[in-house]
Amino acid sequence: MNYAVNYVLKRLAYGIISLFGLSILVFVLARVLPGTPVDLARLALGPNASISAINTFIDELHLNAPLPLQYLYWIEGIFTGNWGISLVTKRNVLTDVIEFLPATLDLLIMTAIIILLISVPLGLVAGRMQNTFVDNVIRVITYVGIAVPSFVVAILLQLFLGYDLHLFPIIGQLSPGIAPPPHITGLYLIDGLITGDFGAWVNALWHLILPSFSLALGPIAQETRILRAAVVENQNRDFTLAETSHGLPEGLLTTRYLLKPSIIPMLTVYALDVSSVIANAFLVELIFDWPGFSRYGLNAMLSKDLNAIIAVVLVAGILFIIANTLVDFTVSRLDPRVSEEMGD
Amino acid sequence: MISLVEYSKDVKFSKIAHNYGKYWYKFRNNKLSLLGLGLIILFIALAALAPWISPYPSSAGLYVNFANSLKPPSLAHPFGTDELGRDVLTRVIFGFRYSFTLVGVVLGITVIPGVTLGLVAGYYVKRWFSVLIMRMADIFVAVPPLLLALAVASVMRPTLLHVMLAISLAWWPWYTRLVYSQTTTIRNEDFVRAARLMGASPIHIMFSEILPNELGSILTKISLDAGWVILIGAALSFVGLGAPPPTPDLGTMISEGSIYLPNFWWISVFPAIAVVLVILAFNLLGDGIRDMFSSSIR
Repeated sequence: MNYAVNYVLKRLAYGIISLFGLSILVFVLARVLPGTPVDLARLALGPNASISAINTFIDELHLNAPLPLQYLYWIEGIFTGNWGISLVTKRNVLTDVIEFLPATLDLLIMTAIIILLISVPLGLVAGRMQNTFVDNVIRVITYVGIAVPSFVVAILLQLFLGYDLHLFPIIGQLSPGIAPPPHITGLYLIDGLITGDFGAWVNALWHLILPSFSLALGPIAQETRILRAAVVENQNRDFTLAETSHGLPEGLLTTRYLLKPSIIPMLTVYALDVSSVIANAFLVELIFDWPGFSRYGLNAMLSKDLNAIIAVVLVAGILFIIANTLVDFTVSRLDPRVSEEMGD
Repeated sequence: MISLVEYSKDVKFSKIAHNYGKYWYKFRNNKLSLLGLGLIILFIALAALAPWISPYPSSAGLYVNFANSLKPPSLAHPFGTDELGRDVLTRVIFGFRYSFTLVGVVLGITVIPGVTLGLVAGYYVKRWFSVLIMRMADIFVAVPPLLLALAVASVMRPTLLHVMLAISLAWWPWYTRLVYSQTTTIRNEDFVRAARLMGASPIHIMFSEILPNELGSILTKISLDAGWVILIGAALSFVGLGAPPPTPDLGTMISEGSIYLPNFWWISVFPAIAVVLVILAFNLLGDGIRDMFSSSIR
């Protein structure tokens, strides 16, 4: 009984250790990799900074202090919300992140939904109809899905469905002239629903489809294959035979009793894929001119905006760790054996 | 790439070295994997012989011929020419060079340390350095590879070497984790205990007794990862953080050529097809290797 509690505590501890490690990694990226303090100051202040500005910068960030001490100063700044000023927007990068993150979270939610909606049925069908024509068609689709880079999918979708057929908008989050829903969470998908602003909601959804699908295609292929393999394995087990011989209808058997044990290996990869959307969205946000966190990060990288780069890596890492911890919990709820193995 | 954990369950603890014939027989049975292997050999040959077999080798470097720009595919230029009048086919062939160099270097500097660390951590499981290694791996896994690679490439100057280092930094822990999880199981097998009883050194046990049993899943992962490395390399170049121009790089060609869509489609479509084919070939090969080492043929 205590296994589950133990397991949760253990996963939380792992999560916190990972966050600590992430902070060290990001610190190295922020303070060590750029080179000497002067190099770093030039990187953070821009190439035209004066000598006195560079000296002030070095003093302010204690760049001449020993590295462990610098780390403490840096982490203090992170916790007190002092993340440094962005070269491009001239604001605290934390403010920027808070402003740009919701648009990417919209994308992430939509991608997560699309992946599940497509890969679960495909995986179940392919597994149940193993080695039939349908299975082979799905296999070909998954091969192509894995091999085509997301930015190529994005360009093709934009060109054919957006530009040629006018089925979907080509760029942006909302059509011109449509006001965003009242700001509560910043996520249009959620704000639109809460405030009942369905016009904006539908419009936002319509804009989300192409970018989300570009991001979802690779994961869809991956997840379908994993689910198919698990279904193939589980349908030859005794419990499936028992359920079949009890006369359980095929539909119920597949969607309920076969799905639950088979979906577990898929969920871990699913979580990894969904939380990677933040990183993989870089190219897709660029192509669809999506005003999100990843495009902000990409601009920061291209303009060598050090503080912003650091903020982006840190926030993406934190979200990634949170997502993975959450999935570990879910998996342990679905499959008690996991927490029994890990909880001791 | 994750589903390897699933696949690896099928790997029987057998001595690989004595069974080449059997493995080749199993591999040969899978026509798609043979196709993948054939494609990869073809692409590597093209890359290696690029300066001699490509129709216009000068197109790979600093070369401008405006009189010949934006020509559609023809017999003289099977893939057409780009906005500077360079032959797209030549640049695709040279692009393979860059892609395969990237794959070779990145996997070369990640697989060996990654596997070694995983072996050590798995063999000495629960000792302090084992815990340290695995926590380190967890931390690097916590940042998505593309993000880490982008960040490193942007903080440092974007040279080919830095790009490779950046991707490698994000890559090693996956090997460590894979090998670790298998080593912790295999170390309790009877043949490992027997070797220990006979007084074999830990080094011998790790590399000669345990490692051969993990080759199947490691090779499968290498093959699948080769596709991913090319993908990430292309993504880095797509946003301009990859190899500097005029290096013929497939990602850069797609990104620069996409401006000319849809009228001059050949500039970006052929490099895109090339990328897709390489990744597909590596995936087919990976599946073949996995089936080759698994106990049953599906």
